Amino acid sequence: MKTRSWLLWAAIVLLTVLPLCLIGAPPGTEGLFGGSDDRAQQAIGTIAPHYKPWFAPVFQPASSEIASLLFALQAAIGAGVIGYWLGLSVARERACNSELAVTSSEQDRRAD
Amino acid sequence: MHIMEGFLPPAHALGWAAVSAPFLAWGLRSMGRGLQAHPERRMLLGVAAAFAFLLSALKLPSVTGSCSHPTGVGLGALLFGPAAMVPVGFVVLLFQALLLAHGGLTTLGANVFSMAIVGPFVSYAVFRATAKLGASRSVAVFLAACLGDLATYLTTSAQLALAFPDAVGGFDTSFLKFAGIFALTQVPIAISEGLLTVLVVNAMARFNAHELRALPVMALRTREGA
Repeated sequence: MKTRSWLLWAAIVLLTVLPLCLIGAPPGTEGLFGGSDDRAQQAIGTIAPHYKPWFAPVFQPASSEIASLLFALQAAIGAGVIGYWLGLSVARERACNSELAVTSSEQDRRAD
Repeated sequence: MHIMEGFLPPAHALGWAAVSAPFLAWGLRSMGRGLQAHPERRMLLGVAAAFAFLLSALKLPSVTGSCSHPTGVGLGALLFGPAAMVPVGFVVLLFQALLLAHGGLTTLGANVFSMAIVGPFVSYAVFRATAKLGASRSVAVFLAACLGDLATYLTTSAQLALAFPDAVGGFDTSFLKFAGIFALTQVPIAISEGLLTVLVVNAMARFNAHELRALPVMALRTREGA
């Protein structure tokens, strides 16, 4: 991989890890690094305290662990397809290169 | 992060669904026509959809002390045009609403509008504008994916501010409050999405140059690989 690609990967990792290191939990704080939608829910609670959600999710994961499992499943489906494409592409490039190498060596032999 | 189930009043939920429905129909038609004309692009469309699927499942920590996820729809918008990403975003949001209790069926229209319509269209417009200004392909792709992601969450903030205006400051105060939650959290995550999209486009340019030749991301005269 080119140096530039490595630098891009490093920047992505830093952008993900730095908030975890920089943001410390004040004593007694709960819900640090919870979802921003939970915070929005709290904000709605302060702006419109009488608002009640009029519909509940049709399926609620039994626990946060099950929810993590389902999110991981979604990520795995996406990563699986991308991995398949990447593997196929690399194999195709290698096959193309070796075909070219064989053709050029045959041409060299004929020239001799 | 999307608007939670039941957290938009019925009139707003219906209104956003009505706004998003024609875009979805247009997107399905555009995708169908595109694939009929170029069946060889099926694999790349699958990769673009998988990218959105993968990225929208990754809840990443941010500087505000809360987590959010990228959208991943910018890549597909640059490759196949923004309309093609409407059905893709719809499927991702439906999956999350049905199986993950993330977003919701009543808020699907609003979430489709922010993530699958505004995000891809902003990405595409930013890409065209920056490419025309002479930016390199990488810079144009980065800005497009990053700003498309941010635009999604600014739209979510506006949708919530419209539904829940502040009693004193009205829409503006409420929008600032929701943008502070959604858009600010999204800044480092949007930058990550921009960088990741550049990496994927570079890989596609290397491995799928033939299929990419006529696609928007390559058709515009950007400086190759610069």
